[in-house]
Amino acid sequence: MRKLLIAAVAAFTLSTATAQASGGGAYVPELKDVSWSFEGFFGRYDQKQLRRGFKIYNQICASCHSLRLVAYRNLAALGFTDDEIKEIAAEKEIRLPYGDAGALLNDDGEFFTRPAIPADKFVPPFANDAAAIDVNGALPPDLSLMTKARMGGPQYVYSFLMGFMDEVPEEVMHQKGFVLNEDKNFNVYFPGYYNSMPPQIMDEMVEYEDGTPMTGEQHAKDIVAFLNWAAEPELDQRKSLGLKVMLFLLVLTAMLYALKRKIWANVKH
Amino acid sequence: MSSPEWKNPAIKWVDERLPVFSLMHHSTAGYPTPRNLSYWWNFGSLALFALIIMVVTGIFLVMNYTPHVDMAFDSVERIMRDVNFGWLIRYMHMNGASMFFIVVYIHIFRGLYYGSYKGPREILWILGVVIMLLMMGTAFMGYVLPWGQMSLWGATVITNLFSAFPIVGDFIVTLLWGGFSVDNPTLNRFFSLHYLLPFVLFAVVGLHLWALHAVKSNNPLGVEIKQPEDTIPFHPYYTIKDLFGMGVFLMFFLYFVFWQPNFFGEPDNYIPANPMLTPPHIVPEWYFLPFYAILRAVTFDFLWIIPAKLGGVLAMFASIILLMALPWLDRSKVKSCKFRPVYKWFFWILFADCVFLGYLGKMPAEQPYVIMSQLASAYYFAHFLIILPLMSKIEKAVELPESISAAVLKKSEDA
Repeated sequence: MRKLLIAAVAAFTLSTATAQASGGGAYVPELKDVSWSFEGFFGRYDQKQLRRGFKIYNQICASCHSLRLVAYRNLAALGFTDDEIKEIAAEKEIRLPYGDAGALLNDDGEFFTRPAIPADKFVPPFANDAAAIDVNGALPPDLSLMTKARMGGPQYVYSFLMGFMDEVPEEVMHQKGFVLNEDKNFNVYFPGYYNSMPPQIMDEMVEYEDGTPMTGEQHAKDIVAFLNWAAEPELDQRKSLGLKVMLFLLVLTAMLYALKRKIWANVKH
Repeated sequence: MSSPEWKNPAIKWVDERLPVFSLMHHSTAGYPTPRNLSYWWNFGSLALFALIIMVVTGIFLVMNYTPHVDMAFDSVERIMRDVNFGWLIRYMHMNGASMFFIVVYIHIFRGLYYGSYKGPREILWILGVVIMLLMMGTAFMGYVLPWGQMSLWGATVITNLFSAFPIVGDFIVTLLWGGFSVDNPTLNRFFSLHYLLPFVLFAVVGLHLWALHAVKSNNPLGVEIKQPEDTIPFHPYYTIKDLFGMGVFLMFFLYFVFWQPNFFGEPDNYIPANPMLTPPHIVPEWYFLPFYAILRAVTFDFLWIIPAKLGGVLAMFASIILLMALPWLDRSKVKSCKFRPVYKWFFWILFADCVFLGYLGKMPAEQPYVIMSQLASAYYFAHFLIILPLMSKIEKAVELPESISAAVLKKSEDA
C-alpha cells in the first residue's frame, strides 16, 4: 500500500511539474503567486472585490472582450439590486433580428435595436468575429471561461496581465529562434511572447469608491477575481455544500466503520 | 445451497413463481465468501458503485444537453450555470469517469498481484478485460460531447488511428466520422453510443458477477475454498465492509468534485472546438496515457511491411488484448504473489512501468521521451510474454498454507 502511494505521488508530481515547464522548452518564468479569497477549503468570493472587478471589466475590457456566457441577471450575485441591474443592462443596445421590426435597418440605414434587459447575456462589443478582428488586428478572446481555460487558472491570467515588458529579458533574448517584433506587445507569460493586446493595467485605471488603493496590482487582482467568478459562478455554493457533505460523510463513514467492527468482532480473518 | 423456506405467504407465493427472493438470498446471505479478503477486495463493488453514479448523473445530464456542434458547448455551460445543481451533476460525471478508472485499475492490479485470473477464473478475468475495453470506448466518446478543443482534436487523433489499417482503414474512419472530418454527425453518433455502451457495460458486469458467483472470490492467499470454515456469508460481513469502503471512496471522490473539479481535466476543453485551430499539445485523458505512450513508441516500420502508424495502433490494442491471454501465459500453480518471492518483485516493476508509461504519454513526442517509451513499452510486453512464462518455470514458491481457515487460525494464534 505504501509503495503504491509513493509511486503514485511521485508520478503525479513528476507529470505536473514537467507539464508546467513544457511548451517547447521556451523560457517561461514561474507564475506570480497571488492569494485569492476564493482559494482553499473555506474560500469564498469577496463581493466588494467582484464589484470592483466588474467595474474594470465594464469600463476597460468590455470595449474589446465579450463575456457571452454571463447574463446581467447574474450580477445579483455581486450584490447589485434589481434596479441597478436593469440600469446596467439598459446601457447596452441589442440588435433586433429581422422578424421583430419587419426589417433589419430603419429608414436612416441604422440597425433596429432595443435596450438590453437583465435576462440578456452580456452584449458583445462586436457584431461578429470578423468585425472584432478588423478593429483589433486579432480576435480578442471571450473572457467567460478564461480562468478555467488556461493552465494555471487565475494565477496565469494575473501573471499575464502583469507580464507585459518594455525590455525583452536576457533569458528570452538569447533563446534560439527568438525574433523581436515591434508591432506587437511583449509578454513574458504569453506562449510565443507576442500579444496583440497592449498592456492594460496601470495605476488608477478606474476609480474605486470603497477606499481600496488604486494600484495596478490591485486592479489586476480585482479583474481576475471577477473573471474567476464569471467562469465559476457556482464556487461559493459548491464549497459551502462541499463542507456540509464532507461533514455528513465523515460521521456516516465513522459509523459504518464502527458497525463493521461490531459485525466482524467474532470472526477471525 | 438450498433456498430458505419463506415464511411470509406473500413472499412464498411470489418466490414460487419468480424466485427473486431466492436469488437475492443466494447472492447475499447465502453466498459464501472467503473470510480473509483484504480491503483490496473492496474495489469490485466500488467499480459497480462508480458505474451507477456515472449512469445516474449521465441520465440527468442528457436531459439538458444538446448534441449539436453549434450548441453542445453552450448547453454544457448552461448546465453549469443555470440548471439547478447542474454544476454538481456535471462535475460528478466528469470526475466520476476518473474515479471509475482509478477504482478499476486498482481492481485489475489486485487481480494481477493475487493471481485472480488463474483457473477457474479465466472467463471471469476475460469478461473483466472486456469491461475495461467498453469503459475506454465509453469514456473516449463521452469526452467528445462537451465539444471543447480537446474533445474535437482528441477525437480527430484517435479516430484517425483506424486509418492505419490497410484496405478497410479509410472506410472505418469515414464510418466513425459520418463524413470526412470530425463534425456534427460524429458528435451525434458518439452521443448515441455513449448512451448505449453503459447499458452494455451493465450487461457484461452482470456476466462478470455471474461468473464470480460460480467460481467464488479469490483471496489474498490464493488458496481455493475447501471447507465451510473457510468462508463467511457475503451478507452481513462484506455488505458492511463494502458500505464502509463506499463511504471512504465518496469522500475521496467528492473532495475533487467540490474543491478540485478540474484537476483531472485539460484547460483547453474550456475553449469551444475550433476546426481551424489546432492546440499545441493534444493529450488524451490521464487514464489513456500509458496506452497512448505505447501507441507513440512505435516510430519505425515493422518487418518492412507494417508501417510505423499501424505498428503503433497494433501495439496499443495488443497491450490490452494480451491481458486476455494472461491465464495461459502464467503457468505457475501458485496464485498469490505472497507466495511468489521472485515474481512479486516483477509485479511491482510492471506497476512502476505502467505509471512511467503514463508519465511518458503526457510528454511531447521528442527525445529523450521517445526512446524511454520504446524501452518501457518493450518491457511491458516482455513482462507478459517472457518474464511471466519463464517465472512459472523457474520460480520456487514458498509453501502454501493448507487452507484459508488454517492460515487464519494460525495468524490469530500468533497475534
